[in-house]
Amino acid sequence: MIPLSWYIVLSAALFTIGVVGVLTRRNVFIILMSIELMLNAANINLVAFSHYLQSLTGQVFVIFVITVAAAEAAVALAIIILLARNRGSVYVDEFNIMKG
Amino acid sequence: MVNKLIFLYFAVVILASAVLMITRRNPIHSVMFMLLLFFHIAGVFVLLNAEFLAAVQLIVYAGAILILYLFVVMLLNIGKESNAVRANRFWPWMTAFGALIAAEIVLLVSRGAFSAGADQPMRFAAGAGVRELGEALYQKYLVPFEIASVILLVGLIGAVMLAKKQTTEDRAQKAD
Repeated sequence: MIPLSWYIVLSAALFTIGVVGVLTRRNVFIILMSIELMLNAANINLVAFSHYLQSLTGQVFVIFVITVAAAEAAVALAIIILLARNRGSVYVDEFNIMKG
Repeated sequence: MVNKLIFLYFAVVILASAVLMITRRNPIHSVMFMLLLFFHIAGVFVLLNAEFLAAVQLIVYAGAILILYLFVVMLLNIGKESNAVRANRFWPWMTAFGALIAAEIVLLVSRGAFSAGADQPMRFAAGAGVRELGEALYQKYLVPFEIASVILLVGLIGAVMLAKKQTTEDRAQKAD
């Protein structure tokens, strides 16, 4: 049988790849997908603990995480379409209109 | 033993496609690697006796969210990035920072309380089917479930409001 720590290490590695993606890339799509990557890492953790602790709470929370991810993707993509229409770019370091 | 091999296959493909996802220059290729990643995460869910969540992962994540990304990437017609603009100029520092976080998590997991009982065999859940999940969702977690539906409504209205093209009547109203 698979030890719980294997799942935790997989999830930690996936989360770290997501963090590196958010911090290094300039393309706003890749940044958003890296956020999805981090949410998925959290999902793996929740399901693994749900299985290991014999409790369904973790699986219920995964459903809520997926709901929030869907809403977030819809709103964020709408904002990206607006930005691309108004500024003609999808690179985050060219968006500095909120700089003080 | 077979389970461990299957898990290792899933883990290797997940990590490899994640690394490829954040390094590709063409956003469409990134979306395709993300698709591969979601399929294998669904496989991990099946390994954990969460068949319903595996189906939800495929239908909602791979079927809906990822297709939305693909639509927008193709709609905006973003071409391949040149090598010079792929990452921001701090990327070696940021990658080192990420490696530091990974090392810290692995250290914490290996010395934490999780590892004490983590090598004992996991029992198979007696009642982790769709029926039990639905009962938990509609009885114990009814209020969060309703709030989730409100969040989806807000996302729907927000997306429509933001992406809607401003008409001349809107501008006239704003001027008044």
